[in-house]
Amino acid sequence: MASAHTEALQRPALRPRPAFSLRRWTEREGVFSWLMVIPPALFLVALVGYPFVYGIWLSLEDRPVARAGVFIGLGNFITDLHDPVFWQVARNTFVYTFAATALKMVGGLALALVMNQEFRFKNLIRAVMLLPFIVPTVLSTIAWMWILDPSFSVVNWFLIRWGIANPGPSWLGNPSLAMFSLIMVNTWRGLPFYAITLLAGLQTISPELYEAATIDGASTFARFRYVTLPLLKPVIFIVTMFSVIFTFSDFQLVYVLTRGGPANATHLFATYAFDVAMSGGQFGLGASIALSMLPPLALLIAGMAWYMRGEKS
Amino acid sequence: MTVEKKGWRTRTLKLWLPLGFFMIFNLFPFYWMTITSLKPNSELYSRKIMPLVVYHPTLKHFVDLLTETSFLTWTYNTMLVALVSTAISLIFGVMLAYPLARMRFAGAALISFAVAATYLVPQPLLFIPLADIINRLGLGDTLTSVILTYPTLLVPFCAWLLMGYFKSVPHELEDAARIDGATRLQTMFRVFLPLCTPGFISAGIFAFTLAQNEFLYALIFLTKTDVRTVPVGAIAELVRGDVFYWGQLMAAALLGSIPVAIIYSFFVEHYVAGLTSGGVKA
Repeated sequence: MASAHTEALQRPALRPRPAFSLRRWTEREGVFSWLMVIPPALFLVALVGYPFVYGIWLSLEDRPVARAGVFIGLGNFITDLHDPVFWQVARNTFVYTFAATALKMVGGLALALVMNQEFRFKNLIRAVMLLPFIVPTVLSTIAWMWILDPSFSVVNWFLIRWGIANPGPSWLGNPSLAMFSLIMVNTWRGLPFYAITLLAGLQTISPELYEAATIDGASTFARFRYVTLPLLKPVIFIVTMFSVIFTFSDFQLVYVLTRGGPANATHLFATYAFDVAMSGGQFGLGASIALSMLPPLALLIAGMAWYMRGEKS
Repeated sequence: MTVEKKGWRTRTLKLWLPLGFFMIFNLFPFYWMTITSLKPNSELYSRKIMPLVVYHPTLKHFVDLLTETSFLTWTYNTMLVALVSTAISLIFGVMLAYPLARMRFAGAALISFAVAATYLVPQPLLFIPLADIINRLGLGDTLTSVILTYPTLLVPFCAWLLMGYFKSVPHELEDAARIDGATRLQTMFRVFLPLCTPGFISAGIFAFTLAQNEFLYALIFLTKTDVRTVPVGAIAELVRGDVFYWGQLMAAALLGSIPVAIIYSFFVEHYVAGLTSGGVKA
């Protein structure tokens, strides 16, 4: 009896299974997703993943341009460590990244706070403020090149006119001033990005929090310190992370304004790697310099993440 | 925030003064670009006369730029490359973002991590191996070289931005379409994607400006006049040795910036939405 029962229950399951249907197969969520994802993923593997690995391989080779390479292990990195210019480049890159990021953060926050008030033509002004960020960097840097020109600098014209300096300083010819100028131009370009993003962050903070803080007797500064800053922290973190990565690996500004000069005073990792690989024709050594960016960059980002987490608790 | 009624003094001090400072700081280079491009050489290279105004404006630099250099070719190249790589990036971006935002599948976490990582890989890390690869493929001095490589910068960005947008769209319409028997592909193309036009505009504008801005790959891959883009052409051909053609350089900088600025001005809100979505929504 019991067996008859089971048989009766099993019968529907014994119906012939439908033949494999491609259409039904591609309708499965996992299959459909992977079919979608694979083409772009392959594209990125081919043109980001593969070059990345190939770059590591190149950095282990003595590889003059257009010739076969010879594997030399860590030879290029050892050459880098004994190269005083390499260390100068490392120092330059850190100074440039820290100074420009700090200026962009302070300036961007200031501009965001200023723009978080009600005033006429706010949208128009916000749109115009973003111009430095959207105009192609090389093109706006050409304008800066002329502003900082050794003979016809408009800044120097005013300095001389007002009797502050005569002759005016050589903005791109003096090692320290050249670095200062680059930091200013980088700040000029990146500040709007900070300001607009932080402004969007500010606008998500509920006004009630400020009202509550005011009722509790908080001063303007206390409201900024204990309401605005903590709530803005996630936005500040993301913006700073982007900024650090792209400032640390900056190429365009330096290439256009100074080409790393005077006397390597403004060379960054990217421009130095370019010089060694493209102008000097040493692909392997250049790749090792470019790759040297990775550990400090990873450390910077990890450090920032750790700092932000520590602050939160 | 509610506007508190304050005297004009505080308002000037807290609003107009700092705003004015930032406006001048942010916009002076553009003013300088414009008036320099309009100055005759006699004014350009004079240390005596007041430099902030033009006394005898002339279009000579623009005429020279358009007739004596390949500026129009560079502009055409820049536009073509930016448009094609933006289109490729949007398509690939959707293909990555749609499953990641709307579906559950094994490996989704891995893919989205990989996309984020690709986004953060700085370009200077890849240009040396890429230069070698492009050479071996025989693509040096072709626009294909940059059309292929620009999307590596833009796809991760588009995917990331679109994912954020896609996640904000409610599921009901798709569910209804599925119940009515639409395939996944039909649901995606007929129902879902048309809802996301603002997201596409944001990502597209952003990708377009990034593509116009790119310099390093174009500098390395494109060494012949007729394939150059505007930034590379201006730097490589309007600066010859120690001789800077300042008037033409400024005219090129100005004309090269205008297309981006016009497109931007039409879609400011989308652009700002795209810009801030990364930081604020994350």
